Amino acid sequence: MRTILYLIRKEFIQIFRDKFLGRAIFAIPLIQMLILVPAVTFEIKEVNLCVVDKDMTTESRELISKLAGSTFFKIRHATFSEREANDFLHRGQCDLILQIPQGFGKDIGKGTPTKLMASANAINAMNAQLSWAYLNGVIRDYNMNILAQEIGNAPEKAIPQIEVTNRYWYNEMLNYNFYMQPGILGVLVLAIGFILAGLNLVKEKEIGTIEQMNVTPVKKYQFILSKIVPFLIIGLIDLALGIAIGRLVFNIPFVGSIWLLFLCSTIFLIAVLGLALLISTFSATQQQFMFTGFFFMIIFILMSGIFTPYESMPGWAQKIDLLNPVVYIMRINRMIMLKGSTLYDIRTEFMALVLFAIGTTTLAVNRYRKTA
Amino acid sequence: MKRLLVFVKKEFIHIFRDFRTMVILFLIPGALILLFGFVVSNDLKNARISFLDLSKDEMTLKLTDKICSSGFFVRGENLHSYGDIERALRGNNNKAVIIFEKDFSRKLISEGKATVNIITDGSEPNMATMATNYVSAIVSDFNSELVGGGAAAMLLVHPEVRMFYNPTLKGQHMFVPGVITLIMILICALMTSITITREKEFGTMEALLVSPLKPIQIILGKIVPYFILSFIDVIIILVLSWFVFDLPVKGSIFLLLAEAMLYILMSLSLGILISTVSKTMQQAIFISLVGMMLPTILLSGFIYPIENMPKIYDWVSAVMPPRYFVIIIKNVMIKGTGFSYIWKETLILCLFTVVAIGLSMRKFNIRLQ
Repeated sequence: MRTILYLIRKEFIQIFRDKFLGRAIFAIPLIQMLILVPAVTFEIKEVNLCVVDKDMTTESRELISKLAGSTFFKIRHATFSEREANDFLHRGQCDLILQIPQGFGKDIGKGTPTKLMASANAINAMNAQLSWAYLNGVIRDYNMNILAQEIGNAPEKAIPQIEVTNRYWYNEMLNYNFYMQPGILGVLVLAIGFILAGLNLVKEKEIGTIEQMNVTPVKKYQFILSKIVPFLIIGLIDLALGIAIGRLVFNIPFVGSIWLLFLCSTIFLIAVLGLALLISTFSATQQQFMFTGFFFMIIFILMSGIFTPYESMPGWAQKIDLLNPVVYIMRINRMIMLKGSTLYDIRTEFMALVLFAIGTTTLAVNRYRKTA
Repeated sequence: MKRLLVFVKKEFIHIFRDFRTMVILFLIPGALILLFGFVVSNDLKNARISFLDLSKDEMTLKLTDKICSSGFFVRGENLHSYGDIERALRGNNNKAVIIFEKDFSRKLISEGKATVNIITDGSEPNMATMATNYVSAIVSDFNSELVGGGAAAMLLVHPEVRMFYNPTLKGQHMFVPGVITLIMILICALMTSITITREKEFGTMEALLVSPLKPIQIILGKIVPYFILSFIDVIIILVLSWFVFDLPVKGSIFLLLAEAMLYILMSLSLGILISTVSKTMQQAIFISLVGMMLPTILLSGFIYPIENMPKIYDWVSAVMPPRYFVIIIKNVMIKGTGFSYIWKETLILCLFTVVAIGLSMRKFNIRLQ
């Protein structure tokens, strides 16, 4: 036990001797969290609209003023030439073109169906679909107005209506910060622990100081443990700082038990650090470790369901994802912080992390050879 | 010139000796492209949805079937009371719960009005809004079927839409440019900064500095091999996206490659800058990976569009070179526009390159003394 404590102390001294790193391991996650969390949203603030009104009647103007009145559409350009409008779209100066054809007002006056043409920049398919849906909504309202005017006060009671009401639980206002912060917290803790621990061991190998360790009576498990504990502690401090920032700056609720979150994060970190050490036993240089680690990390993160929904992935990918520890911590973070889930609710994820932690650390101890 | 060539050859030997790094270097772009193409997407698919059906009549069962057979949702469990909702949503399984009120069809027929309530798990806002929108659309569809299309025929204005550049609304149009941008800057910065700090940390830099090579030659010699490797990476990505996703380069391929070269050069000089400010490999890796990975993913606008971000991020992301390259690549590759549309962004990238090289040259010279 004492041996381990000495070794851990040695690691800490070594880490903080590097003034830059000593500060960066706390500063970088905090700064990133402050900058990145509020940035991310799928919510469209406004759609830049270009109107081509070839009709110029009261009806078309009414429609345009309806669009201008919505908080969503900003009419940036109005032109009579299709060419010019397309050019605006091409240059990225508008996202959506609405063309009102000649005879639009006349048709409505006569009561014959008429058409509107919209063109959307669909490189970002999601934004395009959303703005199209909003445009449709405005036009539907416009239609309803015409209908109401025509029918006058004729009762519409004959048509049965199914009313849809909805509520968002755990995040009433759909604040994206609530969604992003637990995820980014997980990624930062992962990145810091993974990179620092892995590099630390490989560095000893690359410089050759590991030989000096190997000739001491320090046992394999003691050595691996001494490489895990310091980074575990650093990771947990980062986590605590991150939670504090979430609470103070972003007002992110913390519904569940904070102890449960720390317990889960500890197990997650052990699993990740074990994996990092395992990879580093396979690597000879820091460069090798870095590229292998980077490869795993970026795939872990992108497949974790932090940026895109887990359910949208095909079945085979979800099966592969069973081997991805980041998936579990991502869910656990969100569930505990926002939904107040209990250990019973997260039992599957929890067990998966425990298995992971046991697996990677045992493998790392086994793979580590005292003989060069 | 000959000295430089010899030095470049030495660097290449170094790189080729480490076979695993080489393999991973080419594996990363391929894996990411396939990941974004086949695995990750933002569409709503297979979201599990549970029902609290308080009336259980013909109409609610029909509506339930309609919702479940849409392909967006997977049928979850049948809940029995309001108390079950909390449990259902708190576990990770259910994304939404749909509640049909009591005497649903009777109310709909006699009073002309009935209510469906959707409760979604707001901890994933995007999923929650999509689920709500889709269910509402399905319900209103069901509603108009019920009425018999009488009301729809009376609508006068029929809007039509043309989706420009991406008529089938594929996600790859966002992701392919993003992957190139992300991979290039991370790999280039990582590789150059590691290789230079490595020489420093092991003391072999001294040997290089006392050799007749000029500082500019040393830097060039470090850059050229990685420049070539990264360029091959770009070509791999473009070929993959063409053959696998049917996403060819619409504009001039030469313009795109030239812009890619500029961007690689920019990323490499960023790597050099990082290596001049860091003393050890550990520091260099920490800056280029922990410091740059998340901001590049999030602020370059390839998953989350910059237009949607709060205003201040216009300024924050203005110092992120990936942002400009994403614009360039989307223009040339997908819209097929020419140089006149992207000269501003190109100029900004040039500026970044010049500043990064200028700063590192100054630092580099100081160390010589």
